Amino acid sequence: MNYETVIGLEVHAELNTKTKIYCSCANEFGAEPNTKCCPICSGMPGVLPSLNEKVVESCVKAGLAMNCEITEYSKQDRKNYFYPDLPKAYQISQFDLPLCHDGYVDIYVNGETKRIGITRIHIEEDAGKLIHGLDGKESFADYNRCGVPLIEIVTEPDFRSPEEAHVFLETLRNILLFIGVSDCKMQEGSLRCDVNVSVRPEGQKKLGTRSEMKNVGTFKGAVKAMEFERDRQIAILEQGGTIQQETRRWDDAKGESVLLRSKEDAHDYRYFPEPDIMPIHIQAETVEEIRKTIPELPNEKFKRYMDEYGLSEYDASLIAFHIYFAEFFEKCIQEGGNPKAISNWCLGDISKILKQKEQEADAIPFAPKALVELTKLVEADKISNTSAKKVLDRMFETDKSPETLVEEMGLLQISDNSFLEGIVDEVMAENPDTPAQYKNGKTNVLGFLVGQVMKKSKGKANPQMVNPMIKERLEK
Amino acid sequence: MSDLFQCSVREISEKLKKKEISSVELTQKSLEQIHKTEPQAEAFLTVCEEQALAQAKKADEVLAAGTAQSILTGIPMAVKDNICTKGIRTTCASRMLEHFIPPYDAAVMEKLNGANAVMVGKVNLDEFAMGSSTENSYFKKTKNPHDLTRVPGGSSGGSAASVGFHEVFYSLGSDTGGSIRQPAAYCGVVGLKPTYGLVSRYGLVAFASSLDQIGPLANNVEDCAFVLETIAGKDPRDATSVDSRKADFSSGLGKGVKGLRIGIPKEYFGSSLNPEIKEKVLNAVKALEKEGAEIVDISLKELDYALPAYYIISSAEASSNLARYDGVKYGYRAQEFDSLIDMYRKSRTEGFGDEVKRRIMLGTYVLSSGYYDAYYKKAQQVRTLIQQSFVSRFEQVDAIITPTVPNEAFRIGEKTDNPTQMYLEDIYTVSINIAGLPAMSVPCGKTSSNMPVGMQIIGKHFDEKTILNVGYTYEQIRGTF
Repeated sequence: MNYETVIGLEVHAELNTKTKIYCSCANEFGAEPNTKCCPICSGMPGVLPSLNEKVVESCVKAGLAMNCEITEYSKQDRKNYFYPDLPKAYQISQFDLPLCHDGYVDIYVNGETKRIGITRIHIEEDAGKLIHGLDGKESFADYNRCGVPLIEIVTEPDFRSPEEAHVFLETLRNILLFIGVSDCKMQEGSLRCDVNVSVRPEGQKKLGTRSEMKNVGTFKGAVKAMEFERDRQIAILEQGGTIQQETRRWDDAKGESVLLRSKEDAHDYRYFPEPDIMPIHIQAETVEEIRKTIPELPNEKFKRYMDEYGLSEYDASLIAFHIYFAEFFEKCIQEGGNPKAISNWCLGDISKILKQKEQEADAIPFAPKALVELTKLVEADKISNTSAKKVLDRMFETDKSPETLVEEMGLLQISDNSFLEGIVDEVMAENPDTPAQYKNGKTNVLGFLVGQVMKKSKGKANPQMVNPMIKERLEK
Repeated sequence: MSDLFQCSVREISEKLKKKEISSVELTQKSLEQIHKTEPQAEAFLTVCEEQALAQAKKADEVLAAGTAQSILTGIPMAVKDNICTKGIRTTCASRMLEHFIPPYDAAVMEKLNGANAVMVGKVNLDEFAMGSSTENSYFKKTKNPHDLTRVPGGSSGGSAASVGFHEVFYSLGSDTGGSIRQPAAYCGVVGLKPTYGLVSRYGLVAFASSLDQIGPLANNVEDCAFVLETIAGKDPRDATSVDSRKADFSSGLGKGVKGLRIGIPKEYFGSSLNPEIKEKVLNAVKALEKEGAEIVDISLKELDYALPAYYIISSAEASSNLARYDGVKYGYRAQEFDSLIDMYRKSRTEGFGDEVKRRIMLGTYVLSSGYYDAYYKKAQQVRTLIQQSFVSRFEQVDAIITPTVPNEAFRIGEKTDNPTQMYLEDIYTVSINIAGLPAMSVPCGKTSSNMPVGMQIIGKHFDEKTILNVGYTYEQIRGTF
């Protein structure tokens, strides 16, 4: 039997506000344990939270970027549970009135645009971290992360493959980066997701029983987790079993998910309205003010790159949905670069080099202007394409300008007519039989002769000039 | 010396300013009085002699420089031990926080310190402010100043007793369902619960966040007004605090009650009310009528629902507020345990007393999935009805007078076995917290067993001025009893 996979995501993104959500502690990653916390975020008796308005603003911004409705009268709620990384033993979150709801994100997957529903986006505080001692007997709590602002983005179960979910995560990450509300650093845990997976026989309308997977910290891990879970569920159904609703934990190192708790053991979080924080009232004017701060988003760029710059759909998608390339690309255009040439360089050699280095486009060490210069040198026939690639390699290692590099590397193309004529005559004299051979149909001697000229000029002869010169002599 | 402690804040402040006595001398006298009285009174959990004398010395410097901005400068007072004091242990009368020393001051402490007030110590309460007799303290049983065999009321029993025993000139208490007014009535002092939001709750160890409010207890109405205007005001750290435009509470006192409409809700004078108390309160009302107040009979039918709604809402919030005492970060941790869950269970079982555990269980239950709508949600609906009811009554009247409590102070141990009997002591006070209104208990006589009776004066939101004025007017005409 064929099965259809149904996936929904809950993504947590840490916001990059200067301070935490309910106190004035710095919102910074990587400090010594328990040096970035105060009585408020570490849950001392008698302290009170005061909501950072920037957090609300960032969430609304994210909501607008994802085409959500903004809730005029919203509130915060307490989610109660005991865990040592949660010093108040409740998390201030949002239950029934999230700040944003009913939006969507269009993703571009396998040459088609697909619309993914956004159920809701709400604000909440992050918990701390537990560090387990090597002896297995002791655990230590680090509260630096307590009170770091989060938005939780919940999607509709609209994904039909791990691939779609993966593209969504990439798109979402780029939207958040474009609007500047989160750094989205996976390695620092600032973007994490819970994955809901179910399968159903193809054609069946009713959704299958889902399992929820927690603790997925990387996109690669998310894809592996979804694939694993899909296969696990299909295997159970194939053997005539039934899927249990349960929460599982993804173990990225082992590449498998393990049961965390069954439905019966599900937490009762006893949500109730947070009495220490006033309801959040967002006026229509505020929403419009925030809307004005949203830059051009990936989908808009995607369309514009095709319409305005004539890029292919594929090339446009690769640049538009990757913030760092999009930023670099657009700066190159501003510097007078040719869109198609720039796009080719970005998606060709630059991507190849970045991939080798396992880096993203924000790691490009040279200025957009330098790439434009390089393309101009090629356009003006001053260097060959092959030489330009050599120059690009060097540009990743040194901050010298392309022109300096071309000079240093001696790659300047020779386009001096009389100089080239001299070499061509020399080569023709060394190969006196070639015109006859050419006339007899052995046209490949042309290539051979051009090669000889290139060799004699140490690769600097402009082949586009050499070519007609030799042809003329052969046909004489 | 005890005469000195009969003085009002205004009188003692005059003496300090005229250098008839220094703050250090006054503080020493307060400490002597505490030393002498405490073996019987047991109002104090912590006496901070050293800090108090240092504060007094500083107050004297301020007084000498003539820069004293506050009438409270140099005057000894006590603070309920659920209000955080930097560097001084704040126990909430619980084993859980027996050794807890906050690294911060509550907002009210910052204000009092700014006024160079002198805190001589922290006073007893029912554990985490849950109770009506101060018998739920882990540490000691505070006595009633009028009868050592009786309770001082609660939960601010130590605050009321320390004033009643003349150990200090005033104290701070907290009121979630009557915890300032009820002990004030039992101990024969004045106690004011301000409008919700008038005083910052920052640093008040939370019991029920939507109901808690800090307020003063003192020998007279004017003293309460002085303390209130010092501690009131918006605090950016407490989102529920509001800007008090009328923070000057003491200046309008004495303008009388002529033409003021005072409502008397018949439901508060029913059969469960001790007839002696009924008589004393109605006498006080008559006295005010003589002064020109217009007495209006009104009805507040929702009274019957206030108590259950109160116990649901307050316990629900408490169950969440007290979850942080888990033995992980600070406070009591069980000695032996074999897992994380075991540590939580044992620490909380051993660290909390029975009443606190009872309310945590009750609160956890009413918030549980499947019960939320029937209890918590319904209680919130009742809350809205009670609020609306008061708002509409306040279209007819300017203030409402009721008894503060249905009975005189009971004997120690009398009600400890019957929690619901104990809860009934709050019947007249809880609806005020539910509605977020200001209310004050003012002594209005004594019962035949010589125990004080308090009347409760309730005002409109942020209209403390009117109830202070009514209380003050009554004080001037009531004579001695």
